[in-house]
Parts: sequence; C-alpha cells; structure tokens
Amino acid sequence: MKSWIAFWNILKKDVKNYYLKPPNISWGIIFPLSWTLMQLIRSPGGSILTLLPGLISMSVLFGTTSMLAVTITFERSGRSFERLMLAPISLSIMVLAKIAGTVLFGIFNAFVPVIFAAFFIDLRAVSWAVVIPAVLLIALTSALLGLLIAVSAEQVFEAQTFSNFFRFPMLFLCGLFIPLSDLPVFLRPISYCLPLTYGTDLLNGAITGANVLPPLLSFGLLLLFAAALFLISRHNINRKWIM
Amino acid sequence: MVKVTSLTKKYGDFTAVNDISFEIRKGEIFGFLGPNGAGKTSTINMMIGLSRPTAGEITVGGIDVKEQIKRARAIMGIVPDESNLYNEMDGFENLCFCAALYGMRKQEREAKARLLLERFGLKGAGKRPFKAYSKGMRRKLTIAAALIHSPQVLFLDEPTTGIDVESSRQIREMIMGLKRQGVTIFLTTHYIEEAERLCDRVAFIADGQIVASGTVPELMESVAHDHTIRFVTDRNAEDLASELVAELQAGFAGSKVEVRVDHSLVMVSERRIPLLPVMEFFHDRGINVYEARELRPSLEDVFVELTGIESSVLKKDKERGGRR
Repeated sequence: MKSWIAFWNILKKDVKNYYLKPPNISWGIIFPLSWTLMQLIRSPGGSILTLLPGLISMSVLFGTTSMLAVTITFERSGRSFERLMLAPISLSIMVLAKIAGTVLFGIFNAFVPVIFAAFFIDLRAVSWAVVIPAVLLIALTSALLGLLIAVSAEQVFEAQTFSNFFRFPMLFLCGLFIPLSDLPVFLRPISYCLPLTYGTDLLNGAITGANVLPPLLSFGLLLLFAAALFLISRHNINRKWIM
Repeated sequence: MVKVTSLTKKYGDFTAVNDISFEIRKGEIFGFLGPNGAGKTSTINMMIGLSRPTAGEITVGGIDVKEQIKRARAIMGIVPDESNLYNEMDGFENLCFCAALYGMRKQEREAKARLLLERFGLKGAGKRPFKAYSKGMRRKLTIAAALIHSPQVLFLDEPTTGIDVESSRQIREMIMGLKRQGVTIFLTTHYIEEAERLCDRVAFIADGQIVASGTVPELMESVAHDHTIRFVTDRNAEDLASELVAELQAGFAGSKVEVRVDHSLVMVSERRIPLLPVMEFFHDRGINVYEARELRPSLEDVFVELTGIESSVLKKDKERGGRR
C-alpha cells in the first residue's frame, strides 16, 4: 500500500509538473499533426489509412523517448531525483512510476493522428483490440529506451542528442518508410532487433491488414523487449547512480 | 542508534574513506568535521545508501543499511547540502509529495505538512512556489521535508551554509529542539563554532580517516597541556609592571605570567592554579580583581592541532559552499 501511494504520487507529480505544461501539450498535438499534414502534402493521393500506422508509431516514439530522458536528466541536474532515490521504495517502483507518466503521454500523442484521421476516413474497420495494446507496448518500450538514454546523459542537451541518435535510424529501419523486404540484407538483422519494428507491424496489421509477422509473436517480442529494457535500465541505474 | 564499523570506500586506486568506525547514541548530536575532500560526503552517502561501501558495516536503528536499505530509509531523514525540492511545486505541495514517498495517507500528510510549515515559520509561504523562496526559506523547507515522516535519525549535511544569520539561528534552535525530542542527529558542518555549540560528540576526518573523536570537553582536554587563567584588575598595563610580574612568578613556582595589551594579566602553569592564594596576593597589594577566568582551547584550536590543517582551510571551504 505504501509503495502504491508513492507510485501514484510520483506519477501525479510528473503529469502535473511536466506533461500537462502548455509547451508539452502543444508539442503533443502539433508534432503528430505536422507529421500527418507533411505526409498528406507529400503524397496527396495516398490513403490516410496507410499513413496512420506510421504516424502513430512516430508520434509515440518521439513523444516518449525524449520526454523521459529530458525529465530525468533535468531532475538529476537539480538533484530532486536524489529525493526519489532516497525514498523507502524499491528502485523498480520508482522506475515504473517515472515510466508510467511518459507512457500516458505517448498514448495521448498516438491518438492525435487517429482523431485527426477520424474526420476524413471511416475507422470502423480498424482492430482497436490490437491498436490499443500495440500503442501501449510501443510507448512502454520507447519510454524504456528514453530511460536508458537518461542513465547515460549528464545534461539535458546530451539527452536530446542521444535520443535523436537512436530515433532517426530506428524510423528508417523499422519498416515504416521502407518495407523490411526492400531493406538491404545486412540491415535486416538490425531491424529485427528494434522493438518499433514489431509495434509498427502490429499497427499495420490492425489498421490496413498488411502485417508481416503473426500478431501474437509481435506482442510476445514487444513484451520481451519491455522486460529486457526494464531490467537493463534498472541494472544501469544501480551501477551508475548508486556508486 | 547508528553504528559504522571499518567503513572503507575506494574509487579505483583512490581511497576516499579509510577504515573508519564510530557510533552515535540515541538522541545524540554527532558532528562530523573536516575540510572538502576529507571523506565527509563519501561517508554520508554510504550511510544513506546512495553509495556502496567497498568494505565495512553500517547499521541504523539496528537495521543493516547494505542489506535492508528500504527499512533503514524509513527511519532516516536526509537533508542534503543543497536544497533538492521541486521548484515547480509550492511549499505545501513539496511537503505533501515527500510525505507520499513515505507512504503517508492524504489526510495525514496534509496535517503534517501544515504543522511543519507553521513550526518552521513558513505558514504564509506555503502556497508560494519553491523557486520563489529565499535561501534561508529553502533550507528550512528542506529540513521540514526531511522531518515529514518523523524520522528517528536525521542526517544534516551543512545545514546552515550560505544562509542568513537569522535563519541559521532558527535552524540551530530547531536542531536543539529535535535533540530534546530524542531525534539522533548526524551533522556535517564547516562551522567549527556551530559544532562546538550543538554537538554532544564530534569526529574530525582528514584524508579519509578519523583523526580524533569524543565529546567537545574531551577533545579540548586532549590538547590542553597548560592551565591558563586570565585576571582583569583595576590596574592598567603600566601598573602591572615587570616588578609585580616577577613577584607573582616567584610566589607561584612553575607559572609564567604576562601582561596583555588589554591590561589583563595571564598566568600559565602546567599544574592547576589555586585561585585563593593568587587572590590574596592581589589583595595584599591593594589590587582589586574583577574577573578571573580559565582560558580553554576552542574546538578550532583542537582541530588545528589534531589534523594539522589550518582552520582557514575550513573557512575557505565554507565560503566556497556559501557561494554555491
């Protein structure tokens, strides 16, 4: 119960202090909106439905990775993160609480292009039972990548630089712009090591029916990625921040 | 209440803390003094579980810090050398958030936050954002945050560094108040006079090793080789001329007497100086004595003698701390 009170209050504090701030809300809306418009202008004849999986993935990826990396690095530089480290709660609870806020922010980001698309196309054929857990798992794995970045960065600008270092190659290797079958053979193993590949494939399947891998396999692998990233992050925090 | 045994911390080849041991009794204020780089922060970080000891044991309230850090932290209050609350939140929210980290329920944490704001004279600033607080107010709220869960042991790292005189005084009074309530306090400070005034026992650390520890009188005794008494009389320096000084030295074998520029007369002896014969000596010569006081070494003198470090080094550290 005590851990739950701490968890809930860390999450509430993060949402209030960071995610509900006007610049972040506007980022959460404007960024996905800009991506959507960009794609529509680039290929006016293209179907919004085929663009949707990519737009959702990008919105979640960009929203979550940078937010968690930046907020943690910011709190560390102001030493307020030390307060959480000194609380009588387990490191796992603290990490989960920090991730939870970012995941919620990622989900919010994901549904901006969906709501936008709903004005233009019929979304009744979309399998929401797949989209919702897929978005959740993309947000979770992306947030954990953000946490990995936060552990390596000392300054906020470093966190932002590291985030881009991961994000942009991921976008081009996950099958979002170029189908995995069209990628050079030597790059494909890298693609299969990226959680976003499986998230995008799930969204493709749920929205356009064009998935390559069985959904259950993608879900399983995403869960595996999430667990591995969580354990690595926890280990890194233990090693780097508790010296 | 706190027991540190053979504690060592190494960073590669560098030994920051070298096999130190000490105990802090319940309800005691234990001062930990030393210049920057002496090993104070490394020690405190190991005690609160922010750093892993290379060797040694730490128990707080009988709980092994290495093995059961969560349980140990539940009875610890920690005030770092820099205020680490949330700038975006107001004073009341900060205290409530800190209480929540200890699993306190909403009603309980709000009541405790109000009580502490009042006790620290911050009631009127409770709704003001932390970033708008003065340095002294920030410090007081940080201490209040450490007390939100009524800890048994309080770690205070440089609590009065860089803040105004009035806030420092209030914080010192608060520390004494906590001691009266039975809270055990581990205090690190650059201010030797603060340690002298507040601490029951003190340890000096230099180059990662404890060079001396004990009660303030014990430490003073350890360097007080001579007994010195200062007399203030109704005569000036010229009247207490060399003839009188020679007579006094002859009358009290083994003592050295000198007249100071402030017209006082100082008598130094290896043995304790009996006051009555000295007073009679003055009385017989029609000299009135207004004050006779034994001069003891200050804790600063003890620090300099035992560590070989000039107290100016501490003062420079203190100034650097104040400018941070």
